[in-house]
Amino acid sequence: MFLLDPLRYEFMRLALASGLISGLLCPVVGTYLIVQRMALLGDVIAHAVLPGLVVAQFFRVDMLLGAFVSGMCSTFVTAWIRTQSRVKVDSAMALTFSSFLSLGILLFTLLRSRLDLEHLLFGDILGTTLTDLVQMGLITLLVLGIVTLFYKEFLFYTFDRLGAEAAGLPVRTLYVGLMALITLAIIVGMQAVGVILVITLLVGPAITAYLLVRELHQMMLLGAVFGIGSSVAGLYLSYYLNLPSGPAIALVVFGLFLLALLFSPTQGILTRPKPTPGDPSR
Amino acid sequence: MLEVCQLSVQYRGLLALENVSLRLGDGELVGLIGPNGAGKSTLLKALLGLIPIAAGRVLFRGRPLPRQRQQVAYMPQRSQIDWDYPITAGRVVMLGRTTAMGWFGKPTAQDQQRVQDALEQVGMWAYRHRPINELSGGQQQRIFLARALAQGADLIFLDEPFAGVDKPTEALLLQVFMTLKSLGKTLLVCSHEWGPVLTQYDRLLVLNRRVIADAPPHQAMTLENIQRAYGESLGAILADPHTPFLAC
Repeated sequence: MFLLDPLRYEFMRLALASGLISGLLCPVVGTYLIVQRMALLGDVIAHAVLPGLVVAQFFRVDMLLGAFVSGMCSTFVTAWIRTQSRVKVDSAMALTFSSFLSLGILLFTLLRSRLDLEHLLFGDILGTTLTDLVQMGLITLLVLGIVTLFYKEFLFYTFDRLGAEAAGLPVRTLYVGLMALITLAIIVGMQAVGVILVITLLVGPAITAYLLVRELHQMMLLGAVFGIGSSVAGLYLSYYLNLPSGPAIALVVFGLFLLALLFSPTQGILTRPKPTPGDPSR
Repeated sequence: MLEVCQLSVQYRGLLALENVSLRLGDGELVGLIGPNGAGKSTLLKALLGLIPIAAGRVLFRGRPLPRQRQQVAYMPQRSQIDWDYPITAGRVVMLGRTTAMGWFGKPTAQDQQRVQDALEQVGMWAYRHRPINELSGGQQQRIFLARALAQGADLIFLDEPFAGVDKPTEALLLQVFMTLKSLGKTLLVCSHEWGPVLTQYDRLLVLNRRVIADAPPHQAMTLENIQRAYGESLGAILADPHTPFLAC
């Protein structure tokens, strides 16, 4: 009854489906961000979709297209600053992030946008429509399909970029492809938790899994399980305790991470095996 | 046979390599030495076509090397790799089969066999299920060598393979190099290491933007060549009592 009660309402059924989809997709793609030590790039792209959304709405173009183009632009600007100067990637990301967000807010005012800024920033999972859901589902299928098809190439690229390039893989295409996948995942996750918190779904469940498994595909699978679990648990908490759903999901993600950090059998602070001196395997 | 003719490379407006010519025969183990900033890593990357070359050509068996990437394997510097990446030793070696499998390709029984053979050749088959961060530095290097073997490359470029490994591991790696050599593989090893290890190479290439010497170890490591390559830092090297290069 506890679990079924919220399902009487259509908005909750749609919200749960939206949470399931974003909880599944974001950690899979977020895994690539983590292993490349580029987690903050997720934050950059998430905030950088704002100008695209405002402009797309103004010109009555599909908002998803606007968000995608704008998010991709931010990755190119970051890469361009990094490769054309001595500026390091963290500084390039910080500048791109704040500039795109500023541009978005500026355009929002100038174009007298009717977008609901609060829903964009903090998510509107309870306002998910069936059309949203179909779009999210299609994007998810596309992204997961590409990740599966090109798994070994993305693995090689993210593990050893120079080695992959030396072996003849088209590393620039792989980079752009990866950025496109991440941008698409952010667009899906944004619906659930908003621009500010989407990073939590991208990074949180995947790093929790990182503490528990040995291989990239396991990190993706377990991350997806944690992502789905967090989204659903966060929504139930939000329903029964009358909490805002985005932050509730984000805090469940963090709770799971803390549990793994403390109790992971191999890497948990309280449970990891103590190193024995003279271990021949080291 | 690898032939490099009059290779020049520019980096941020400066000439990083100037008129570098060299030849590597099949089954040769060649050391590439020189001071920091001499262009050793740049040379390896230029040979592979990873950075643009300003002039010159690189031919392997008569054809441009960058078009035969399958024939050449590259082992990057240790610092280029995130050793906490969630990947097992066996899967790193399988990466060597990526281009052979092709887009959308899955590992075949033959790919699996080549990975097994490669791991056995470097004595790491028993460690195939271990995550790479649970291996020692020397074991990690051997896994990368196995990847080069699994790829089926005849030409192997290694960037600082001895950096941060202890003496027993160094000896072990040299042993693996000899095994590869006996299989007809050509190895070009960029190295900071001095001392008796240099005598293990068939030839030494002393580099400082241009080729200072290209000869067997005893002939390459003359005081004059070292002075030309290392210039001002020579004093520091000679002052080091652990520098037995003159004995070789």
